[in-house]
Amino acid sequence: MSNDSPVRGNSGRALSWSPSDRELQRQASRKAIGRKKALVATISSVLVIGALIALIVTSPGWQVVKETFFDWSYGGEVLGAVAKGLVVNIKLTIIASILISIFAMTLALLRTSRSAALTPFRILATAYVDVFRGVPLLLVILLVGFGVPALRIDGLTNSVLILGTTAVVLTYSAYVAEVLRSGILSIHPSQRAAARSLGLTSSQTMRHVVLPQAVKRVVPPLLNDLVALIKDTGLVSILGVTDAVRAAQIASSRTFNYTPYVTAAILFLLITIPLTRYTDRVLARSIKRQNAQGAA
Amino acid sequence: MNVLEVKNLRKSFEENLVLDDLSLTVPDHTATVLIGASGSGKSTLLRCINLLDTIDDGSIFLDGKEISDPGIDVDEVRKNLGMVFQSFNLFPHMSVLDNIMLAPVRVHKMSKEQAREEAMTLLRRFDLADKADQYPDRLSGGQQQRVAIIRSIAVKPRLLLLDEVTSALDPVLVNEVLSIVRDLKADGMAMVLATHEMGFATQVADEVCFLKDGNIVERGPASQVISAPQQPETKDFLRRVHEAGRL
Repeated sequence: MSNDSPVRGNSGRALSWSPSDRELQRQASRKAIGRKKALVATISSVLVIGALIALIVTSPGWQVVKETFFDWSYGGEVLGAVAKGLVVNIKLTIIASILISIFAMTLALLRTSRSAALTPFRILATAYVDVFRGVPLLLVILLVGFGVPALRIDGLTNSVLILGTTAVVLTYSAYVAEVLRSGILSIHPSQRAAARSLGLTSSQTMRHVVLPQAVKRVVPPLLNDLVALIKDTGLVSILGVTDAVRAAQIASSRTFNYTPYVTAAILFLLITIPLTRYTDRVLARSIKRQNAQGAA
Repeated sequence: MNVLEVKNLRKSFEENLVLDDLSLTVPDHTATVLIGASGSGKSTLLRCINLLDTIDDGSIFLDGKEISDPGIDVDEVRKNLGMVFQSFNLFPHMSVLDNIMLAPVRVHKMSKEQAREEAMTLLRRFDLADKADQYPDRLSGGQQQRVAIIRSIAVKPRLLLLDEVTSALDPVLVNEVLSIVRDLKADGMAMVLATHEMGFATQVADEVCFLKDGNIVERGPASQVISAPQQPETKDFLRRVHEAGRL
């Protein structure tokens, strides 16, 4: 707030006072403190980051690393092939996230249901989540990618792309199911009581009252999982899917220069960093909203 | 005709007997007011009538039909009961209008147009028409509770259960909520309400029941139970309420 404009209250009404000398002094000293803090922050950042750069650049192997990892002309050469691979990662992410949403929601609903008829499915869903949260994604990809074709069942696909996507969906559905379940459980029982006392059945209560609030509440962790999913799609390259990671691998094995890997990493970051920033913003907003509700 | 009959109701939570052989009759178009200290069983009684809590013994009849059988369709029973909670419990992700229309549309299969029209009629009647499209967090506590009451009567219940509907409110907001309840009483809505507002209880009650330790110690018209209590426990309770400045 500038000193020359009149101070305004919440209602926008002009308050009929100009700051006292004492208040002007306070504002001046607050400004001085702020300047001092900014200076300290700048100096410490320059020192720490500068020291890190100096450490890397003066290391004995730096020249070699620079040539094999940061050969920008070669990086530009392979950019097209790696970017083409990245399109595969993006497509895979889109298809997988749709399938994950459906499967994870089913798992979460089964795990939170109390219906007697669903008991066996509830047990299966719990076991499923336990298993797939506990096995490394890379192993699941290998097992599905090499195991399913080995069954030699007619009509079952041998496409590494489909098998790889399936493996990713299997694992991520377990993670996302747990996020959704925690959202469902976080809705206060009084909301359920209010809905049931209006005569809504338990599935209507879930559909119209609990789920909309639960999903909204877990949007930040879901976005977090989406960022992780985008980069984990790179793991299907192990099956031979020509995605960004595989494209980079092919390019670098031709010349024994690792710059394509760095290129692929930069391309992944171009997608994930904006998404991460966006996630932080959504999270900050939802925290603010929750605090506002708590105060009301 | 009695809307509600509660016979020899018992309810315990673990080792704690909250309702002990409690009986209650609510004739149609009358208001029964439950008074008593916190923990005396008022809220539990209301939750048992609404089948939100399962009872341990006794029986409950709504319009002469026993609703306390284990095999009963609870959703069917609740179609005829309205419940308003101390903490409003509006659905925060829905506008005021959607909160009110939810049960008429989903439970009573009313057309959206008709449900909207009826909801707006109620909102206009209780001076909330301008809030129809607002979300609950934009409303004051008094407004939220009035919307919650409207939501519960939008399905035209046979009996309205009100659980300390003003206890979470600023003193200056209490009256706007109580005036709705008075209006509904004047309409002939049968109700059971738990409250700490003795003045209000005197105005609306056809019968006042004083609860202590899960049982009704004294019952009768307000002129007796609140103005000239007979039982020492009732006298003691009212004296303490008086000291707290709530009479």
